[in-house]
Amino acid sequence: MHEKLLEIKDLSVEYETEISTVYAVNGLDLEVGYGETLGLVGETGAGKTSTALSVIRLLPEGIGFVTGGSITLDGVDMLAASEEKLRSMRGATASMIFQDPMSALNPVMTVGAQILEVLKIHHPEQSKKDLEARVDEMMELVGIPANRKEEYPHQFSGGMKQRIVIAIALACEPKLILADEPTTALDVTIQAQMLGLINDLQKRLGTAMILITHDLGVVAQTCEKVIVMYAGEAIEYGSAEDIFETDMRHPYTEGLFNAIPKLNEESARLEAIDGMMANPTVKIQGCRFADRCKHATERCRQKQEMREVSKGHIIRCCLYDRQQANV
Amino acid sequence: MEDKILVEARNLKKYFKAGGGQLHAVDGVNFKIRKGTTLGVVGESGCGKSTLGRVLLRLYDVTDGQILYDGTDITSMNAKELKPIRARMQMIFQDPSGSLDPRKSVKELIGEPLKIYKAYNGKADYDAKIAEIMKTVGLNEMYADSFSHELDGGRRQRIGIGRALAMNPEFIICDEPVSALDVSIQAQILNLLMDLQDEKGLTYVFITHDLSVVKHISHEIMVMYLGQCVEYARTADLFANPMHPYTQGLLNAVPIPSLKAKKLSTQVMRGELTSPIDPAPGCRFAARCPYATEKCRGKDIALTEVEPGHFVSCRKVL
Amino acid sequence: MEKNKKSVLSRLRSSRIFRVMFGRKLIVVCSVMLVVMFLLAIFAPLAAPYDPNKDDLYNVLKGSTAEHLLGTDSNGRDVLSRIIYGGRISFTVGVVAVVISSVIGMALGLISGVIGGAVDTVIMRVMDAMMAVPMLILALFLGAILGQGLGNVCLAIGISMVPGYARITRGQVLTVRNADYVTAGKLCGGSWVRNTIVHVFPNCLSANIVTMTSSLGGAILAEANLSFLGMGISPPTASWGAMVSGGYKYLSTQPIIAIAPGVAIIIVVLCFNMVGDALRDALDPKLRGTLGKGRKREKQSRKGRDRYA
Repeated sequence: MHEKLLEIKDLSVEYETEISTVYAVNGLDLEVGYGETLGLVGETGAGKTSTALSVIRLLPEGIGFVTGGSITLDGVDMLAASEEKLRSMRGATASMIFQDPMSALNPVMTVGAQILEVLKIHHPEQSKKDLEARVDEMMELVGIPANRKEEYPHQFSGGMKQRIVIAIALACEPKLILADEPTTALDVTIQAQMLGLINDLQKRLGTAMILITHDLGVVAQTCEKVIVMYAGEAIEYGSAEDIFETDMRHPYTEGLFNAIPKLNEESARLEAIDGMMANPTVKIQGCRFADRCKHATERCRQKQEMREVSKGHIIRCCLYDRQQANV
Repeated sequence: MEDKILVEARNLKKYFKAGGGQLHAVDGVNFKIRKGTTLGVVGESGCGKSTLGRVLLRLYDVTDGQILYDGTDITSMNAKELKPIRARMQMIFQDPSGSLDPRKSVKELIGEPLKIYKAYNGKADYDAKIAEIMKTVGLNEMYADSFSHELDGGRRQRIGIGRALAMNPEFIICDEPVSALDVSIQAQILNLLMDLQDEKGLTYVFITHDLSVVKHISHEIMVMYLGQCVEYARTADLFANPMHPYTQGLLNAVPIPSLKAKKLSTQVMRGELTSPIDPAPGCRFAARCPYATEKCRGKDIALTEVEPGHFVSCRKVL
Repeated sequence: MEKNKKSVLSRLRSSRIFRVMFGRKLIVVCSVMLVVMFLLAIFAPLAAPYDPNKDDLYNVLKGSTAEHLLGTDSNGRDVLSRIIYGGRISFTVGVVAVVISSVIGMALGLISGVIGGAVDTVIMRVMDAMMAVPMLILALFLGAILGQGLGNVCLAIGISMVPGYARITRGQVLTVRNADYVTAGKLCGGSWVRNTIVHVFPNCLSANIVTMTSSLGGAILAEANLSFLGMGISPPTASWGAMVSGGYKYLSTQPIIAIAPGVAIIIVVLCFNMVGDALRDALDPKLRGTLGKGRKREKQSRKGRDRYA
């Protein structure tokens, strides 16, 4: 038994398209313990989805490549594992919940058959009757009456479909769920239902989860650990308390917090982060956020390392070095 | 802020034919928007908020009711009569990539309304006008000859805003203008919209599903559920004292980025939107409402002024 | 001006369409072949070694010799020269028929899609009826009515290909006309005619351009078929189809007479189809960024294995 469920070290992911090379993930380190919930926060192009897809080795074939680093999932070196081994792990050790429930389900198969399919692949030894019973159990678990399993995806609403997707993801009791923006396509009230369901199931089943989102509110509601990504790099890592209740944040994280329109505070103008995400087709030496950062100095043009600002809370920024030096 | 009413809707209805019945997209909506203010329209997908925006611009024909623009009834005007008024009203779309013709350069996109109304004297004036608009919306001049798909979402939305501003309109419908954008870019665009309102005295209808966004930008808010307005109030009043159970449910459902607020989502609203096709009379929210009784069904509940300027349609509050 | 020129050139070279189209060797080969055949057809009097219509009854049905690379036919005419001249007919028929069919078809599709209602129903039912008849039969039928001759062959093939364009255009119009940018055009005060011309039509073009390329091949094939059946170009004008038809009697003795023009047809049609396919890939915005570099992948996975072995 390993101590950590998932260990990613120095991961790099690149996309080769007919136009250019996109450096999606650059030297990412990440750990998830058994039963732990990690929030992976970042905006479009931060490399969140690429990270999740590399974990189960499902980067788009012929375009996306892991170009460096190592991924160890439940003691298995995912980058060296055979296709057969990977197949046996996908769905059983780690499974994924996608953003869009409409396209994640096959429109010509009943939802029951779709849940059954995963079970059949990973438990071929069990009898049909046992598997059917498990399908019923899963549907009840996500709050859908089991007698609806003969229905097709289009007969369900968006929120119901996402429940089915969750049922499929959980059917084989995976140790890790990769949830890629699972609530972004849903309405707020349905999102709240879904987050409640995911939270509840995760606690009951003891599954670890990486929740990928751009919404800090969603992270606050669900996650124990948080990692903030910017332009393919982890820039901040810590417990939820470290990120949400602190005055030492990476300037980008700080900017994200300020840019969110708040429900519980009065303010007229928002503090926007000026500028745009760094160009992902160019390799940058120094801090990737420097061009948009109001604290940027010459030092930021050099390569930035992760620094521990308090126990377990690490930040890729030299801002707090200076303060410590001044004291 | 003036007290002049710019846009008024009276018992506005828009039905579509669908699935053998009538889809009640907008069903008897009333409001008045004062010049220079923003009306926020909030609701979940399928509540008819986008249809409402398009009906106001007469992109759809009106099924019933009236739209008054600056005192003139535009409900049944034909295309020709509508043209001078159209120049004064504009729209900003949700998906900046879908609303910009992929075959036109930034300059052509922004210049299109100028060309249609021939609102320039010679090429130099045309170029100067476009340069000015681009400056107003914060687009670097170097992008004038680029195509929209070469730019990122934030810049694309700036083009959309630039095109809407080209004819100096006074009334703009913003249909989810920031939902497709990242948080940091979303704040830039919201600030831009607010600045433009201050500078030019623009009147907005701001359509969104995001309560925290609408709180920031609106003076008054209308909460819609299945084509009907369930609550209508000044922004401060609505957030200080949300009365309709649906508004309360919406507010509770928003995840707040703070650990202290963590327990909020325990009171989650049950169920999902019911069908908008030929809805039964009575409160349309009753099926999901924790307080619903038999009294809520069978008879429509009118929007009633409970406090000055605060309208609610709920039997519990009355 | 100078600056502008440069930017157009560099834009072309860096444009995605250009890269996708010519990033594959096969497509480059096909394009070059088409250009060569096209140039040969244009400059046929210079390129052809003999007069294509001059009978030489002393040299009838000769196989491949030094004087006659592809031999001579039953009238002693040089097959190579006739193939070069026949290219003129093929390309003319291809281009003219495609122009006729695309102009009529796109106009009908546009009217159908934009106006809708009864007009749409009438136009599309007529198109459906035309589509129910195989294209060649339709062209044969039209050819029989119109009579032989280059112009009539073009017209017959052109008309028989109209329904394809009309359907594609109508389908495109139906998706494009509800796009937000068309609504935006409406809001800018543009009339529906202006909107159709400025926004709807240009965005329906790319699908049609692909069809045009592939149907060039189809039209050339149709002409060859008609001529083979004796309904096309009247003799003695050289046409590939008529040459195959005239030569197939000698398949057992001098096969080259029939095979050579047949190969010419195959090459041209195949090349047009390949280029059309590549064009579709290049113009389809949905494929943007998904066309990886095949070779890179090999290299990368090898690199990967080395590293993780």
